[in-house]
Amino acid sequence: MAIRRGRGVAAVNYPTGMNLGGDPSQALVHSTPTGNFMVTLSSVDLGQGLKQVMAQICAETIGVKTEQVIIDTADTDTGPHCMGTFASRGTHRIGNAVIQAAKEARQVMLEVAAEALEVDAGDLETDGEGNIHVKGAPQKSISIFDTALMAHFKLGRSISGRGMFLVPRSYPEVETGAMKPSTCYAHACTVAEVDVDDETGEVTVVSIKNVFEIGRALNPKMVEQQLVGGSWMGISHALYETTEPYYPARDHAGTDFNEYLMPGPGDIAPTEIVVLERPAEDGPYGAKGPGEMCANPQIPALANAIFDAVGVRIDMMPITPERILRALKEQRATAH
Amino acid sequence: MAKVPVQFSLNGEEKAEFVDSGSTLLKVLRDKMGDTSPKGGCLQGTCGSCSVVVDGELRLSCLTLAETCDGADIQTTAGLASDGVLHPLQRAFMDEFAAQCGFCTPGMIMAAKVLLDANPDPTREDVIEALSGNVCRCTGYEPIIRAVLTAARSNSQNAA
Repeated sequence: MAIRRGRGVAAVNYPTGMNLGGDPSQALVHSTPTGNFMVTLSSVDLGQGLKQVMAQICAETIGVKTEQVIIDTADTDTGPHCMGTFASRGTHRIGNAVIQAAKEARQVMLEVAAEALEVDAGDLETDGEGNIHVKGAPQKSISIFDTALMAHFKLGRSISGRGMFLVPRSYPEVETGAMKPSTCYAHACTVAEVDVDDETGEVTVVSIKNVFEIGRALNPKMVEQQLVGGSWMGISHALYETTEPYYPARDHAGTDFNEYLMPGPGDIAPTEIVVLERPAEDGPYGAKGPGEMCANPQIPALANAIFDAVGVRIDMMPITPERILRALKEQRATAH
Repeated sequence: MAKVPVQFSLNGEEKAEFVDSGSTLLKVLRDKMGDTSPKGGCLQGTCGSCSVVVDGELRLSCLTLAETCDGADIQTTAGLASDGVLHPLQRAFMDEFAAQCGFCTPGMIMAAKVLLDANPDPTREDVIEALSGNVCRCTGYEPIIRAVLTAARSNSQNAA
């Protein structure tokens, strides 16, 4: 009886979004009279930072500061259609819709400014600080605030844009079954090191080392936050979480989340995260979807590490001490 | 049901209210006093999101009867900032990106505050121990642990 160390590796090729009957998201952008921009969505921010990233995307496209963009995700009854924030689709799908809407709004904004400055809209550019000026002649300038006022009060125009991003449904080829389930893929690889006590079946995660390739990280700190949390969730799925902790019979099953095993801060493992950025051709500013993927490769990596440590293959999650001990018992029985 | 009078100090302000006998402190704070910073998660003392400080001690407000707090000094996350300046713990939680959905954050911050009040220079293990009654679904805890250590460092720098 001993504590045995093992190491396992796993990699994942992860599609951004999904493809059932087509995968659409829509966005509407309009200027307020103060020269701020409002993005209307029915996509929900669950805490992953959708609002922040959509504000960045809109601001970058229109040419204003991020603080000048307000994101409204208020109501799925009244907002533009969105399939939802799941399947790692938010940044990619909704971001692309926001870009299209913001481009249209920017074009109207430049047309209004062109009218005010008596120049051609094609000769104008934004300075990112809230002003529009003639290329090469920054003194010939109008603020976006004044541009909005002019549109609203003099020209009777709405500085606004409509955005739509649709990944059409992909049908499998009849002969080969080949299809295109996604337009871009994120990638990840995890190396897990564990200590397995072959007397108690307990697993201690010695280290988790992850590499994530996620397209461009639009907000690097929030990407890191997602990946750190996700990596931990992967470990937690692999080793701890179940609605029926340790007991096969329903009599002992949990009845709600209060009885759901949720590890605390004392159970975390030393974690390393490396981010690789290979911008996606069809991503908003190159982004892919890392959200769900970041909790995936830890699970097979840990299963492989446990196999490396004690030679048993556990194919049920979570890999509890009980399952390891039963597998070890079977292993000893067949060895004799 | 008979109402009972309860009087205590909430974040330095005297409060008095008639409450249903048996009301939890969490319910009274949120529904009667309008302080929604303590969150009702499991409502049975396992998740820590309702944590508040009563007379310097960390308490689960979902399991504490309001009547037992008569005359007490109660602190919640809502009272931490003063004159618009964030408490070092709040600042550190922002700087370290220690919140995602934010539901566990007030409980985490109060647990951390009780730790730092008693032990201004905690080790990583001290922090993990202090936060062990609070669960978080999003962050993987690491950014929260870092935030508490960062707040401790910034406190000691300010004191120096």
